[in-house]
Amino acid sequence: MTDMVSPPIPPQRSRGWYKRNEIAVTPWLFLLPGILFFAVYVIIPIFQSFWISFHEWDGLGEKVWVGTGNYERLLGGDRKFEVSFWNNIKWLFLYLLAIPAGLFIALLLNQTVRGIRLYKSMFFFPFVLSQVVVGLVFSWFYLPREGLLNAILGVVGAGPVNILGDPTLATYGIIAAGLWPQTAYCMILYLTGLNAVDPEQIEAARLDGAKGWKMLWYVVLPQLRPATFIAFVVTIIGALRSFDLISVMTNGGPFGSTRVLSFYMFEESLSEFGFRMGYGAAIAVVLFFIMLFFIAYFLYSMYRDEKGAR
Amino acid sequence: MRSFFKASTAALGLAAIAASGAFADGHAKLSGDLRIISDMSNPAPRAVMEGLAADFGALHPDLNIELDIVDREAWKTQIRNALTANAPDVINWYAANRMGPYVNAGLFEDISDMYANGDLPGLEAVKGAMTLDGKQWGVPYTYYQWGIYYREDIFNELGLEEPETFEQELANCQKIVDSGRKCYAIGTKFLWTAGGWFDYLNMRTNGFDFHMQLARGEVEWTDDRVRETFANWRKIIDMGGYIDDHQSYSWQEALKFMTDGEATAYLIGNFAVAPMRDAGLGDDQIDFYQFPMINDHPMGEDAPTDTFHIPANATNKDNARAFLQYVTSAEVQTAINSGDALGQLPVNANSSVDADEFLEQGFEMLSNNATGGVAQFFDRDFPAEMASVGMEGLQEFMVFPDNLDDILARLEDARQRIYK
Repeated sequence: MTDMVSPPIPPQRSRGWYKRNEIAVTPWLFLLPGILFFAVYVIIPIFQSFWISFHEWDGLGEKVWVGTGNYERLLGGDRKFEVSFWNNIKWLFLYLLAIPAGLFIALLLNQTVRGIRLYKSMFFFPFVLSQVVVGLVFSWFYLPREGLLNAILGVVGAGPVNILGDPTLATYGIIAAGLWPQTAYCMILYLTGLNAVDPEQIEAARLDGAKGWKMLWYVVLPQLRPATFIAFVVTIIGALRSFDLISVMTNGGPFGSTRVLSFYMFEESLSEFGFRMGYGAAIAVVLFFIMLFFIAYFLYSMYRDEKGAR
Repeated sequence: MRSFFKASTAALGLAAIAASGAFADGHAKLSGDLRIISDMSNPAPRAVMEGLAADFGALHPDLNIELDIVDREAWKTQIRNALTANAPDVINWYAANRMGPYVNAGLFEDISDMYANGDLPGLEAVKGAMTLDGKQWGVPYTYYQWGIYYREDIFNELGLEEPETFEQELANCQKIVDSGRKCYAIGTKFLWTAGGWFDYLNMRTNGFDFHMQLARGEVEWTDDRVRETFANWRKIIDMGGYIDDHQSYSWQEALKFMTDGEATAYLIGNFAVAPMRDAGLGDDQIDFYQFPMINDHPMGEDAPTDTFHIPANATNKDNARAFLQYVTSAEVQTAINSGDALGQLPVNANSSVDADEFLEQGFEMLSNNATGGVAQFFDRDFPAEMASVGMEGLQEFMVFPDNLDDILARLEDARQRIYK
């Protein structure tokens, strides 16, 4: 190549390394601060957690190496861990109800009626609220004597229930509270998705005689796939990191029956009586791998879709 | 307005002491810095702490005092960072086992010499609560009694007397239940209130020394004596003595049952008196009695102590020591624990107790009737991990007493792991 260059050019050949590689280097320069912060605050702490999980450590004194001791205790019949794990599973599946519920509301609101924006914003409203506020509102709703729920049940003639005080019901009560804002989130995802639905396809389907469920299932839903995908991702991640509602509504109780892994981790290592950083880190690592499993699956399917689209 | 009034009266009281010059004489003038981090964040304690810093500053004009007040709950997790990175000179914490992690990690300053050389006169009685490994690690500044606060008017209406034995207590309770009320309000949502009941039932059933052996992990939870404690507890549960759904309430929320007259008594610390009065109960409607005797053991009492400590990494330790000495002196103790300030008991034996019905009764009880000994509280006497596992089990027992065997097995399992 250089042989072909005409004589006046050689002085320019000595331009700096940066000038020569500008196109390749500049994006990295812009990414550098982000990468740096991501490494310092996300990547390195992940490996630190792995490291700490092999120790017994109270967060203050010397770390004592215990190898896989924490994991053996955790997976070898720690009842708190089992309760937390199964509660996480419950959260995972029941939280997904937010997706059909959000779709239903979105379809309902996707019409041109006077004042529809107001209705839309009212349905979206719970998502804007802080989770702490949602938790408080629902714990008042569930109050054993004064709560609205029991007032309603009283009218119907059903006996009073203490949802948050009953170890068999409390988790479901909290999930129901969590579904309220999550449904609003899914709804907004579907509303934007519905805006992108091709009216010509609807028209064509209508000419072919499709309506009602068939129209929804074969024509609308396939076009909503991107929205459904995002709704799945945010809902599953939301379910796995559920913490604030539990902390506000029951504080893990009654007798620890509403713990999930993230709350158990907090309790063990950071709460008032928590001095077991190693054990807490082991719980965090287990939760990390559960999340990694889902995220890897989502990334994989996203990659597959992208490739297919090309 | 109210807290402003409180603040100014407290400040005035302290200023009067400072102005009297009783202090300034015996102490050398201090200079340099003094950094304090305090968790006295509720309105009244906050005013007291700010008053303390201001008056100590007035005594030592050359001293530069920096006071940080942090939220009491938040402090429980922040203290770890505060002690290690850029440690202040004085901090707040709690006595007994709650000091354990910091003492073991070498983060609290050993101030045994101050107790030994007479710098802290009048503190002999509370020295024990500050002792770990045979050394003292801080000074107390206030404590308060626990006991049964009850609705005097309802007792009068039903013709009941303050009980002295457990049989009388149960007989009273039966009458209260028959009248359509509950005997005891309690809110166990945050667990520790259940610890108070266990403390008392165990101290009365098996004695103070046994309770402390259990706290030190020397007795098995499946021991028959522990079972006897739970059997006594079960008598109250089975007769419907406690309010329903207590696992859903905090202690403040459960207070409403007592102010509404749906429950007649509450086993709680003296800090509950102020909210009771705020809720409209007059002093003729509330009264106090010591938890009755069950078996013939010297009576032990719960009296949690709040404390000041010097971090081992502090930079101005001499100033900090002077401050601890100031806080625990008889005059300051009288002033800051008075009814319009903290409203609790002074730790210095030479202080006077404010003329308040409950403070006087509590002081009398702790001075003369706590012959068994003074405990801190379930979550301060037991190691942290044991306390958290334990209180969860106690709450479960109060809701499902039939699970006792399972609960005790779980606690025993925890005991064998925690105490090594």
